[in-house]
Amino acid sequence: MIYYLWRRILYAIPILFGINLITFVLFFMVNTPDDIARMHLGNKHVEQQSIEDWKIAHGYNLPLFINHDQSGLKQFEETLFFQKSLKLFTFEFGVSDAGRDISHDISYRMWPSLAIAVPILIFGIIAEIIIAMAMAFFRATYLDLTGVVMCIILMSISSLFYIIGGQYLFGKILKLVPISGYDGGFEAIKFIILPITVAVIGSLGAGARWYRTLFLEEMNKEYVKTARAKGLSERRVMFKHVLQNTLLPILTGVVVIIPSLFMGSLVLESFFGVPGLGSYIIDAIQQQDFAIVRAMVFLGSILYIIGLVLTDFSYMLADPRVRLS
Amino acid sequence: MSFEFLLTDKCFLVVLIIGFFMTLWSLRREPVRHSFAIIMQRPIAVSAGIVLLFFLCIGVLDSIHFKSVTSGDENATSLLDKLIAPLGSTYEKTYSKPFALSLFVSETKLVNGLPQQTYPRLRYVPKEIETDAQKVRVITQCLWSVLGISLAITIGLWITIVLIKFGRGDSKAYLPNLTSSAALITFFAMVYLLICGYCLSRTFHVFGTGQIGQDIFYFSIKSIRTGLIIGLLTTLFMMPLALFLGVGAGYFGGVVDDVIQYIYTTLSSIPGVLLITASVLSLQAYMANHPEQFPTLAESADARLLALCLILGVTSWTSLCRLLRAEALKLREVDYVLAARALGSSWFTIIRKHLLPNVMHIVVITLVLDFSFLVMAEAVLSYVGVGVSPMTISWGNMINGARLELARDPVVWWPIFAAFVFMFLLVLAINLFADAVRDAFDPHQSNG
Repeated sequence: MIYYLWRRILYAIPILFGINLITFVLFFMVNTPDDIARMHLGNKHVEQQSIEDWKIAHGYNLPLFINHDQSGLKQFEETLFFQKSLKLFTFEFGVSDAGRDISHDISYRMWPSLAIAVPILIFGIIAEIIIAMAMAFFRATYLDLTGVVMCIILMSISSLFYIIGGQYLFGKILKLVPISGYDGGFEAIKFIILPITVAVIGSLGAGARWYRTLFLEEMNKEYVKTARAKGLSERRVMFKHVLQNTLLPILTGVVVIIPSLFMGSLVLESFFGVPGLGSYIIDAIQQQDFAIVRAMVFLGSILYIIGLVLTDFSYMLADPRVRLS
Repeated sequence: MSFEFLLTDKCFLVVLIIGFFMTLWSLRREPVRHSFAIIMQRPIAVSAGIVLLFFLCIGVLDSIHFKSVTSGDENATSLLDKLIAPLGSTYEKTYSKPFALSLFVSETKLVNGLPQQTYPRLRYVPKEIETDAQKVRVITQCLWSVLGISLAITIGLWITIVLIKFGRGDSKAYLPNLTSSAALITFFAMVYLLICGYCLSRTFHVFGTGQIGQDIFYFSIKSIRTGLIIGLLTTLFMMPLALFLGVGAGYFGGVVDDVIQYIYTTLSSIPGVLLITASVLSLQAYMANHPEQFPTLAESADARLLALCLILGVTSWTSLCRLLRAEALKLREVDYVLAARALGSSWFTIIRKHLLPNVMHIVVITLVLDFSFLVMAEAVLSYVGVGVSPMTISWGNMINGARLELARDPVVWWPIFAAFVFMFLLVLAINLFADAVRDAFDPHQSNG
């Protein structure tokens, strides 16, 4: 198992390197630092001198891959690729184009993101499982059909409408909660309750329908027939046997997104004014701050890869037949 | 007057033509015909298909552009613009409610030296309609007469179909069954809505006007093309990548497999929105620095739409590729492929004759399922600021603008309502249709 862990980590390195290269190509070769500088300084009538000044001030005044002015190892160290891209591996995110320390911003903004993302995940799964189980229990009845159609209808509404509708209904008309904003400590609850509700309802359709198929698949298996044949009531079959066995694939399927919860949700956070990592990215995009976007792409990829490794482990823990080799 | 096809027009029409002929061609095969028969038996799927066809027709009409006669005109006019002519060319001053006679916002005017609050009349609505009672009369008159027309069209269609079936020797064709009645009702509803929308939009702003006085109904209709293009062109870019790389990786194995696996694992490890964002930001910077390649605003907006499809395609082929690789890996070892190889068939023949037809169901299911996702993704991306250009008329841009309108008091609800209705109809139709396609084409589900 230790051996497997090492192999997974070693395998992640070339992937991370690839990601690094892709972001580098996107941000430095498609658009040269000159282009970035020109965009920040306003597109027209920028003198070459002010571009050079901007590049020096933000550390972009280096060659891409090889620095011929230096000697030895410095040839590779004093380059944009090393300074801006490879340093991400050591979690040195550097400063944003606006001059703020990115690592500090991330560690500070992580918590509001988690405060929203974790409850969404937990409540979402619980609600989806309950509804999916009800539909599977009453399968092939009108209740089931109505449920499936409702799920498809819920799925067909863009998440933006859920957010806007929720804000309008609960925030503006009923005035139950503030429309947007955030506060530290327990005061935060009244701000996060609406985004959580909206997000749970928004993902209910797709989730419940997917889990319903998982339940139905499980209910067609032989052991369920055996359980029925030996005279167990349908309710007992459902709660005792099917639920337990379906819960495993559901939970292992969720594991992959757990590390990514740190990243928060782009649209949700920005709509509700939550100062998390999601709105951080949106702000960076709107201010064309490429340094932040680059750092967040890398961070998101690392978290996703960690999620993949965790998924493999959870499969192994859940099912003794799975051997990692 | 001559035709002028924008880049996206060409791609869109080409995709539709290819799709049409591919469908016809694949219908020659028995299993595909069987799957089609299953879809045609489901009333919901048939209704959804009819709604989709209406949307597609509007999209196609909107994709045939003319060279504008006046050279100063930035926006190319399409066939659809010509058909609904006065609509979209006139602008009011600012907001007005659906079917309103006057503006939503009052103006201060000096009457006899005294300032007075008045609601100016809309320019679009004919002078003859002065009071609300007259307005209601005009609307009801229109609704009733269109009811007759669309009933006549629907019954005419039904009679034609029945007669054709009679000609083929089906003597019971006139008997209604669930599917055909659902189809006829849907057809009737769509025709009714279409003609009603057309007639009422002659005299009124059906969905009101927006901030700069643009007709919301016109904007919603024009957005259909954008949504369809995002959904369809993305698949055009995604499919060859996923198909060739996925099947290739599965069939050849070894180093080819390793390289392709590495590529798609790397790409799929980057969170989707961020990769799209990074690509679009680079694109934006490129377009800002090379303005000479995009002479008009319409062309640059069009290029950006196409590039967005390309980016979405490049970022979303990985999941399909993974599925195809797994399937090809399985198929490589089945008897008929082994036999073909033993008989000396080349790899090209084996892939073309044995692998491709047997992975097509995965491709079809994924494409249809992705379609609705892409239409909705457009709205989110436009909100984030990395979607289509602000020049392009799209639901995403409409929703984006509507956020501030909802904060107004009294609230301006109609732009977002219109975007919601149109988008919901399209996505719901796609989802219902996709559901049937999945059930019909997936060999694992066909028994259940």
